[in-house]
Amino acid sequence: MADVDATLTGNRGLALEEAVIFEQDSPGLSGVDLPQPVPGNDRLGGLGRSGAIGLPGLSEPQVVRHYLRLSRMNYGIDSGLYPLGSCTMKYNPRLNERLARLPGLGGLHPLQPISTVQGALELMDACAHWLKVLTGLPGITMAPAAGAHGELVGLMTIRAALEARGDARKRVLVPESAHGTNPASAHACGYAVESIAANVRGRVDVGALKAKLDADVAAIMLTNPNTCGLFENDIIEIADAVHDAGAFFYCDGANFNAIVGRVRPGDLGIDCMHLNLHKTFSTPHGGGGPGSGPVVLSAPLVPYAPLPMVERRGDGFALVEHAGDSSAHPLGRVKGFHGQFGMMVRALAYMMSLGSDGLRQVAEDAVLNANYLLARLKDTLSLPFEGPCMHEVLFDDSFLKDTGVTTLDFAKAMIDEGFHPMTMYFPLVVHGALLMEPTETESKATLDQFIETVKGLAERARAGDARHFKDAPRLTPRRRLDETAAARNPVLVWRPPPPQAAE
Amino acid sequence: MRYLPLTDGDRREMLAAIGVGSVDDLFVDVPREARRDGPVDLPEHLGEMEVERAFAAMAARNLSTADVPSFLGAGAYGHHVPAAVDHLIQRGEFLTSYTPYQPEVSQGTLAYLFEFQTQVALITGMEVANASLYDGATACAEAVTMAARITKRKKVVLSGGLHPHYREVTETMTRFLGIEMAAAGPDWRGGEDLASGVDDGTACVVVQNPAFFGHLTDFAPLAEACHAAGALLVVVVTEVVSLGAVRPPGEMGADIVAVEGQSLGNALNFGGPTVGVLAARQKHLRQMPGRLVGETTDVDGRRGFVLTLSTREQHIRREKATSNICTNAGLCALAFTIHLTLLGEVGFARLAALNHAGAVRLADRLAGIDGIDVVNDTFFNEFTIRLPKPAVAVVDALADRKILGGVPVARLIPGRAELEHLLLVAVTEASTEAHIDALTEALREVL
Amino acid sequence: MGIVRYTKEHEWIRVEDGVGVVGITKYAQEQLGDIVYVELPEVGAGMTKGAEAAVVESVKAASEIYAPVGGEVTEVNQNLADNPGTVNTDAMGEGWFFKMRIADTDEVDRLMDGVAYQEYVESLS
Ligand SMILES: Cc1ncc(COP(=O)(O)O)c(C=O)c1O
Repeated sequence: MADVDATLTGNRGLALEEAVIFEQDSPGLSGVDLPQPVPGNDRLGGLGRSGAIGLPGLSEPQVVRHYLRLSRMNYGIDSGLYPLGSCTMKYNPRLNERLARLPGLGGLHPLQPISTVQGALELMDACAHWLKVLTGLPGITMAPAAGAHGELVGLMTIRAALEARGDARKRVLVPESAHGTNPASAHACGYAVESIAANVRGRVDVGALKAKLDADVAAIMLTNPNTCGLFENDIIEIADAVHDAGAFFYCDGANFNAIVGRVRPGDLGIDCMHLNLHKTFSTPHGGGGPGSGPVVLSAPLVPYAPLPMVERRGDGFALVEHAGDSSAHPLGRVKGFHGQFGMMVRALAYMMSLGSDGLRQVAEDAVLNANYLLARLKDTLSLPFEGPCMHEVLFDDSFLKDTGVTTLDFAKAMIDEGFHPMTMYFPLVVHGALLMEPTETESKATLDQFIETVKGLAERARAGDARHFKDAPRLTPRRRLDETAAARNPVLVWRPPPPQAAE
Repeated sequence: MRYLPLTDGDRREMLAAIGVGSVDDLFVDVPREARRDGPVDLPEHLGEMEVERAFAAMAARNLSTADVPSFLGAGAYGHHVPAAVDHLIQRGEFLTSYTPYQPEVSQGTLAYLFEFQTQVALITGMEVANASLYDGATACAEAVTMAARITKRKKVVLSGGLHPHYREVTETMTRFLGIEMAAAGPDWRGGEDLASGVDDGTACVVVQNPAFFGHLTDFAPLAEACHAAGALLVVVVTEVVSLGAVRPPGEMGADIVAVEGQSLGNALNFGGPTVGVLAARQKHLRQMPGRLVGETTDVDGRRGFVLTLSTREQHIRREKATSNICTNAGLCALAFTIHLTLLGEVGFARLAALNHAGAVRLADRLAGIDGIDVVNDTFFNEFTIRLPKPAVAVVDALADRKILGGVPVARLIPGRAELEHLLLVAVTEASTEAHIDALTEALREVL
Repeated sequence: MGIVRYTKEHEWIRVEDGVGVVGITKYAQEQLGDIVYVELPEVGAGMTKGAEAAVVESVKAASEIYAPVGGEVTEVNQNLADNPGTVNTDAMGEGWFFKMRIADTDEVDRLMDGVAYQEYVESLS
């Protein structure tokens, strides 16, 4: 294909360039018509703003066009396969969006009288009920705002429970394959982090774990299925050992999609686990957030859960907002108001749409799709750990050895083929990781096209065409960006260009 | 099942390709005793209409601020969100994308976050801002740990004008970090003295403008006192629209500003999701939590944007990261930035002026009712009144008349007799004259 | 030029008139890639051998730099604040990190010399 000649505008047909809003300023314009305030005495006490802020003025059509053009420079699940391992990029149902916007839900203020929000509390309680049944654990806090927040809240709950029994412990054990948020959360809870090695099968080395378990260990943080996409077969033995040492078992539930409706974490000896509603339960990732990270809890932890709590009282619902109103020893508040209510609406709509039968099918299809990738790509790519895998499959970069192509280059070439790349360089336990999570919402035809593309690219890499990969992507709104320059000289806010010197 | 594209035929073919007889064979690593053969005890799947009906029934058991006069504030404000905002944030390319780790296919997200950071820096009067945190309360907690890292000190002073949720969240989130918290009592009259509590062990003082009770304060003298002691000043803003009318924290000498941005572009959502954001001085950049977007060029020399300074973050630095945050509030930041772009310089100032003028009008009306005292001399769009009866009872009586009359202080700070009669009342551009009439009428009746 | 010694963590120390100049080796900077930031210790900081002395960052990684020997920091390379890339272009020269007064010169003698370090690096690949 011949390269298209440069255009006068920089646009290329449907691929449209777009300047930042600050460069589209027509001073005085506004895209919102508001009445002129009636002049009167102000009560700002002399603290009124003086001088201009520097915000640009645009009309509504200019604003709509700006963001529409920006949106077209993005790839979303709605665009195509997004096999980003560990992130569960599944279809985000539009029904969820409609329901979250019902005035009787989206238009509720968090501090209305409790009698005026009974439906909202019922909804939170229903969402909590589904999550407790699916995980087989008796307690839950709906407060955390995302997975990492749930990790920290879960650990703080554990620490509060331990300290209440006069048992201050100092360390948390985290496998080396763990997501970065795990050690970061343990640190933010004031714990020292100790790493546990993986065995040759990509699982926690149970011997190494037991050797580190002692009366100073507060908890282990295990991801299951783990970040290599594998189920920790020894999990019950691990749980027993952890409990014998008087510690708690925290499970990172980011990968719950593999087992939802089929395996209940409560049956595995887990005490505490966050659920990323923006992964397993289909709430949109929105280019980075918002999320929601409810944490399910075993009985010994329930009294220490944070505020607030929804409680059934008679035929209505109460909201426990203060420690004094609770018979337990709540941790205190971890977020403003009552958690990510809008995400609970979406997650509940999703769970009710699929039901117990559908959710089980979700896990099965997610695992089936991943194993299909494994089976059809294992002779092309290199597989560090034998299958079966769960909802995601991990390859390493040994298939690229001596080709001059890196995992990153390979991913960039996939972008030109119209796919979002898989997760790269995570988990850290294998070299040049490529972690693929297709999710259950991809059709076989899409997977087949993806498989053929990966095979074709691998062949091209082995044929010595490294240039093709180094130059990729070629067909995106921007090609590879200079991240070194961005970090050496950070430009984080737009500044007007210096005035041109007069000729 | 409408969300699942595999057919039974596909499943059979795929199992054959894998070389197993049934999907159960893929779950062999699960301990036998934990494998469930049947579905869990929950209802079966439902069609879209049935789900819609169930949610409509739950929604009908609530009283929506959209349907009745509402004067609720206290950190969450019912502003009018232009139609274009909600339309644009539902573009699939925005709604269904992940964190922009692959910049070549994420220039849309990266560009709007760069614009967002710039807007936040401008309205707060600060030099840099991050690409969002969960909400204002957690942003406040992050500001405190950031200040402790910068100063290498452990003592923190919290103003009695700080939103009680922000105080509680900050206390909980730092509980196991050895930070010594001194929280002043509720400062409902305004004018508390915080400077005298600052010494050479103080990491930061945290204040709020407008305060929880509505007062406005010039924090420049406090900033000076902090800086003289080597401490930082953290300013919290829970009503971001106020920045269109009120002198920004950056001009008062703030070192870190923690903002709740819900008021721009975001619905009330019963309190979440909203959007927190942190703004700071350039010199403290490397201690900031959260993602940052920076400008750069691509291999063809064209301007583009990337996530930058990521070595501060958990995915690289693990337990040494500045925060554990990963998922943030991206889409809420998008709603914020679209709304602020629509408003522009003129619209933002006018929106703020309208809010203030409405609040002044209501304050004057309420001051004319027997038994009601307006507590504040200064305020933006929210102020405290003192009622002759407990505020909770009054608010319940108003709710019976389908008016959401404000937030009783005792809802957030219970068990203090002197606060029991205090009510926070907020006005926005969405409050009409008829709403104001209805509230004053109803208050006359119930008092 | 004084003697140069190396650590297994890929720091070098050059001793000139009883003062140690510390940096990272050419091999270390190659492993890190383009260096974007160097966090330096404070002048006057005392440290024991093996203590965390500095942090060096590329776009996707951060590594701690440890004091090769015990002593007190007497000077840091301010030039790295604006030009961290100097570590890439001249790791063993202009790209030095800090200077230190050495507490115990015996500690220097126990480090690897150039030949031993070269062998060590070769054993890594
Ligand atoms: C395994 C794992 N743990 C934890 C997290 C953190 O969750 P969140 O991004 O919701 O904070 C993620 C997701 O990014 C993850 O993949």
